[in-house]
Amino acid sequence: MIRAEIKITLKEGVLDPQGVTLKRSLDTLGYHSIAEVRFGKLVQLRIQGTQPEEAAPMVERICQQVLANPVIETYSYQLGVDRDE
Amino acid sequence: MKASSIKFGIVTFPGSNCDYDCYRAVIDGLGCRADYIWHRTKKLEGYDCLILPGGFSYGDYLRTGAIARFSPVMESVAEFAAGGGLVLGICNGFQILLESGLLPGAMLVNRSLRFVCRFVHLRVDNDALPFTSGIKRGRTLRIPVAHKEGNYYTDAATLARLNSNRQVVFRYSSPEGEITSESNPNGSLENIAGICNAAGNVLGMMPHPERAVEKILGSDDGLQIFMAIRRYLASR
Repeated sequence: MIRAEIKITLKEGVLDPQGVTLKRSLDTLGYHSIAEVRFGKLVQLRIQGTQPEEAAPMVERICQQVLANPVIETYSYQLGVDRDE
Repeated sequence: MKASSIKFGIVTFPGSNCDYDCYRAVIDGLGCRADYIWHRTKKLEGYDCLILPGGFSYGDYLRTGAIARFSPVMESVAEFAAGGGLVLGICNGFQILLESGLLPGAMLVNRSLRFVCRFVHLRVDNDALPFTSGIKRGRTLRIPVAHKEGNYYTDAATLARLNSNRQVVFRYSSPEGEITSESNPNGSLENIAGICNAAGNVLGMMPHPERAVEKILGSDDGLQIFMAIRRYLASR
């Protein structure tokens, strides 16, 4: 199996209210050196096949079409092979 | 066209929950006809206006409206809109219109991180649309919001285009029509509460006009929007 790990984050400059709130909490707890907190999403796919590079175009399409909203989000991903099987 | 022959289609997704309110607004408030359209429907015929109601389509998974946009019916909704048909997206319906690209921009979580459910005031900034004709520009409407992701966002170029084309239809305001940060329930850019497409036949709005169609509900200002649609359709 091919494994894809996709990271989706808000674009730079787009306000992340969750991140702002957590930063405030961290500050209350004494972690004053935290300059910024940003939340994101992690999506894991297991894909039939053995050649990760062959899955790349499909993963790219899925990111563009469904997983990320280009108005507010960016994405990146890593492809690998499940060694356990 | 007679009011009784005007037909609305209310597009219903798994998780829609304002469909019946819209149905009653059309039937009782306007005296027009209405059908529910299940999201698997591919053919849309005989409708004068489509409403995408509020709710939590597909549990709001991934992003609000993100899964609903791939429902089979959405291709027909896009065709209907491209042909000049009136499409009104309310709350989750607005989010679906954004995700499907029928309207520009996207929704972020409310700045307060809270689900906000209360009456707000909207200032009508464009009264030259089928959805607002007859409601005087600058007038305020008292209509409730009920959402957690209504913090409208778009890039600076799109925002400038929306403003110069007068595509911002409603802004959150004080009862007197002042645009203030206190009157903004979710942190949306420039207090945007509703926008339309360039052609003016597709409107998305976060507040729920269907929840304000009788005095007993606390306000009947929402009926103004439905009546504007009926007025427009009747005059064709």
